[in-house]
Amino acid sequence: MDVLYSSRPLWAVLVSMIAAFLILATGEKNRNIRESWTIMAALAKFLIVFSMVPVILQGKVIEYTIVTFYPGLLLQFRVDAFGMLFGVIASSLWIATSFYSIGYVRGLNEHAQTRYFFAFAMCLSSTIGIAFSANLLTFLVFYEILTIATYPLVIHKESNEGIMGGRKYLAYTLTAGCVLLFAIAMIYYMTGTLDFKAGGFMTGSGSSTVLIMLFAMLIFGFGVKAGIMPMHEWLPTAMVAPTPVSALLHAVAVVKAGVFGCLRVILYVFGPGLLHDLGIWLIMAYIASFTVVVAGFLALGQDHLKRRLAFSTINNLALIVVGAALLTKSSMTGGIIHMANHAFMKITLFFCAGALHVKMHKDYVSQLDGIGRQMPLTMGAFAIAAIGLSGIPPMSGFISKWFLCLGALEANQIIFLFVFMTSAMLDVAFFFPIIYNSFFKKPLDDVAPHFDEAPMFMVIPLVITALLSIVFGIVPDAFFRFFSLTSLAVQNIMGVG
Amino acid sequence: MADQFAALIIVVPLIASIFVPVIGWWKKRLCYPWVVAVLVIPLISSLSVLNTVMTTGKFSYRLGGWAPPWGIEYMLDHLSAFVLVIVSSISLIVAIYSKKSVEDNLPEKTVPFYTLFLLLVTGLMGIVITGDVFNLFVFLEISALSCYALIAIGEEGAPMATFNYIIIGTIGACFYLLGIGYLYIATGSLNMADLANILPDLYHSKVILVAFAFFTVGLAIKAGLFPMHVWLPDAYCAAPSAVSALIAPLMTKVAAYVMIRIMFTVFQPHFSVEIVPVFVILGWLSVFAIFWGGIKALAQTDLKRMLVYIVVAEVGYIVIGVSVANRMGLTGAILHIMNDAVMMACLFLVVGAVLYKTGTRDIHQLRHLNKKMPFTMAAFTITALSMVGIPPACGFFSKWYLILGTIEAGQWVWAAALLCSSLINAVLFFRVIECAYLKPMEPAYAHNGGETTHEEIQRDEAPLTMLVPIVIMAAGVILLGIFSGKIISSVIQFAVPASF
Amino acid sequence: MLDYVISKYNFWIYIILMMIGLYAMIGKKNLIKKLIGMNIFQSAIILFYVSIGVKAGATVPILSGHGHGHEAIDAASYINPLPHVLMLTAIVVSIATTGIALATLILIYRKYNTLEEDEILKIRKETGA
Repeated sequence: MDVLYSSRPLWAVLVSMIAAFLILATGEKNRNIRESWTIMAALAKFLIVFSMVPVILQGKVIEYTIVTFYPGLLLQFRVDAFGMLFGVIASSLWIATSFYSIGYVRGLNEHAQTRYFFAFAMCLSSTIGIAFSANLLTFLVFYEILTIATYPLVIHKESNEGIMGGRKYLAYTLTAGCVLLFAIAMIYYMTGTLDFKAGGFMTGSGSSTVLIMLFAMLIFGFGVKAGIMPMHEWLPTAMVAPTPVSALLHAVAVVKAGVFGCLRVILYVFGPGLLHDLGIWLIMAYIASFTVVVAGFLALGQDHLKRRLAFSTINNLALIVVGAALLTKSSMTGGIIHMANHAFMKITLFFCAGALHVKMHKDYVSQLDGIGRQMPLTMGAFAIAAIGLSGIPPMSGFISKWFLCLGALEANQIIFLFVFMTSAMLDVAFFFPIIYNSFFKKPLDDVAPHFDEAPMFMVIPLVITALLSIVFGIVPDAFFRFFSLTSLAVQNIMGVG
Repeated sequence: MADQFAALIIVVPLIASIFVPVIGWWKKRLCYPWVVAVLVIPLISSLSVLNTVMTTGKFSYRLGGWAPPWGIEYMLDHLSAFVLVIVSSISLIVAIYSKKSVEDNLPEKTVPFYTLFLLLVTGLMGIVITGDVFNLFVFLEISALSCYALIAIGEEGAPMATFNYIIIGTIGACFYLLGIGYLYIATGSLNMADLANILPDLYHSKVILVAFAFFTVGLAIKAGLFPMHVWLPDAYCAAPSAVSALIAPLMTKVAAYVMIRIMFTVFQPHFSVEIVPVFVILGWLSVFAIFWGGIKALAQTDLKRMLVYIVVAEVGYIVIGVSVANRMGLTGAILHIMNDAVMMACLFLVVGAVLYKTGTRDIHQLRHLNKKMPFTMAAFTITALSMVGIPPACGFFSKWYLILGTIEAGQWVWAAALLCSSLINAVLFFRVIECAYLKPMEPAYAHNGGETTHEEIQRDEAPLTMLVPIVIMAAGVILLGIFSGKIISSVIQFAVPASF
Repeated sequence: MLDYVISKYNFWIYIILMMIGLYAMIGKKNLIKKLIGMNIFQSAIILFYVSIGVKAGATVPILSGHGHGHEAIDAASYINPLPHVLMLTAIVVSIATTGIALATLILIYRKYNTLEEDEILKIRKETGA
């Protein structure tokens, strides 16, 4: 594996941190300048991140060491295929979310906008830091920064539910952080290193009991952010945050960081080989499948649109974890590519929910009758994304579901095939009524009979992400090279483990 | 001149403190600039000493040129130079801060305040720099006496708190003195380096064991380790703001430094771990300290009292790091001496500024402080995050090493205690942050998000002499975290005894 | 056994004094008595130190006569002056501590009009001080 030494990962992280402080300094008085910092940072970050893709696709990794504390204990960036995938997802979607956020906060005339944009920029900084981490310590550092950076966004409304939601969020994530700290310290003590290695590095470093316990602790720690049951409770409560927050962070950045962490643990710390030996991959897959099914059922019962979407997120993230846990080439491919596909589709759904909130002040599914007539773009994008998540071609969701099912067959575990089918049926069950109601039912009284969409700043991003979902379904490698990155990552993992 | 820096560190504040009453009698306003100017000199000297130690290794300075063991020797190695820099920089920062606070709280006692301030700083730095056990006792008492007097000029409840502190603190110092006595009987020497040479042959003598016991208990009393911490909450809380900002970060940490010195330099680590398993006891006491401090802090509504109980818990951290008796743990303990000093200084400075501006320390009265005093609250938030253990602030790194140390020692309960206390700290600080930053929780009526009737809350930030130290400390919290790797590899690594 | 006690009588005396001092500091309710206990405690330590310098058949460590110049003295015939010197410092410290403690007691007395600890605690609880 060739290593290229470059400070580009550091710049990718720093760009939005610098922008965050510029935002803070600009303040409320010069709104347009402040917004321009966000947009410039988003574009710059995406360009820096994307510029590294060709290098990665050649099979190299990009490394940058920030500081070394002790041998084996260092803060370091190493961009490999898997990290690059996550980085591209986060940075590309931030551009869309930035525009959407501007439309949202101005449309609702929100308070504390400076704090909002500051925290957003810091979150993206930490997300890219997580994506590019070379070892568990760097990962933990940025993970904790992400927790704190998202707190002001969760409590943005400063209402009772906001504050309680924030407290619950912190309680879950900080506890997870403590458990992670302990587990990572143990791993360092046992192996002397924390670097991620494709195929794992923990083999033979301790007794099975200790290894299983460490695995459980790590999955618990990352699973909190990833919404694995029973640590998922904070996610629906966090839906009290403004929709762009829910969209980017709780559908893309924070939860994906958790899933990314889980996958790093499964594939890059423990590795397929060790997990097969310990026999816990199947248990992991069962736990994640349990989450998939239960979350799907719980989503059926939610009338609040964002909460329904939150449970759908939990459902999909668990699918990714199942994919990784099955430890076969196709299942891993399916899981990893689903990270990308789900991100785009889910963000579209949340964007639509936000558009409905801003334009019509509607938050509940039961209020959405006939809204498609007034807001066809919004609901059309919703339909596309929802159908895609259910796994129907030609949207990208089909690709991921296909690989996942293939993976279940490769692992000779037919039961997971049924899990995937059930998940697809549940998706249909809780999304289709929304689509049907909005287009085909008689409109409620406050629906205007003519075209009256949400502000353009909001509609354009969601249309773009919806269209991209279709494009990725047909040409998975388009624009961002997601599929190539995924295959490269899986190849690295399987090649060793 | 440069090689006399070690002496300047002590001599300058000492002589200057004698001049303060003279200057004050002439013109009271000049006391403050005099004190600040004077305290710059020890800072520069200690930085130069640290530089010398880092480049050429440890050295000693002989007072008056008398050779040890008859003369008093100052021992400058990595550990003492490191702690010296911490003590001198924090005292300078608190001195800069003290102007408005003293004017507000103690207008007629300015001159005695500054005299005692300089004496206290002299005492603290003397404790750190000296290489002679009896000299350490002298400086210990100098700092303690000035501390008693400074606390006594505080607010409600200060006299009783001071009296309790006097009684208990004197017991501690006298135990330390007894320890010296026993050591002297057995070895005939008072010089630390000399003792370290003579003692290994005597490790099994009862006299030495008793001496060690007296040292440990005496220093634990001075450091405020559970259960000898009872004087700490009242004393630190009742003191005036500038005083608590000075003593809370420094006094207990310096006492912990002395503990490290005695246990690892005078008595070799081998003694402290194998012959007298004192570390197990100290470790469990620190666990109790951590939990006790955390739980008591949860019960407080007074911000300063809450912080004082957190100090009790922080002492527990440092002593756990000492008790695991391995390289990682001791690195964590020494790093935590620095980090905790900076964090506590910042927190107490903030509390003092808030008290000065709003007249209250009650947490629930702190509404809208983020609008009124944005920089102060930002500093508070940064330090709070550091106490919880969020990187890149310094608290995370010391916690990391401490946990590594406890894992290496196989003490799972101690590791769990450290982690739980992070969570307790999170609850404590986020309670304050919620009160200061967010609207109060409305009892019944629903609030639609977004629209708030913000009466224009004027920014009423703390005065500059208070704000600048606070901001410097907060910046220090982050910078020390980012550069902790450098600090460890260049200083702390050598401060840990080589036998680990 | 008996001669073990008698031969080390200085240590026993100082232990008893120290215990009396400790008891007074902790057990007595009157603040002045606590302070006196503290003084007894410190005196015990001072006596202990002084006593350890004593040597059998030795005399006071003062050089008599002028003409002795720089010749070495026979150390065994003079008792050890170092503990005495150390204890001079300790006595000064003890005086300073007593002074501060007495000043604090004056403050307390002015404030609460009593020097009994339990009464002071009662007053503090009632006034919330």
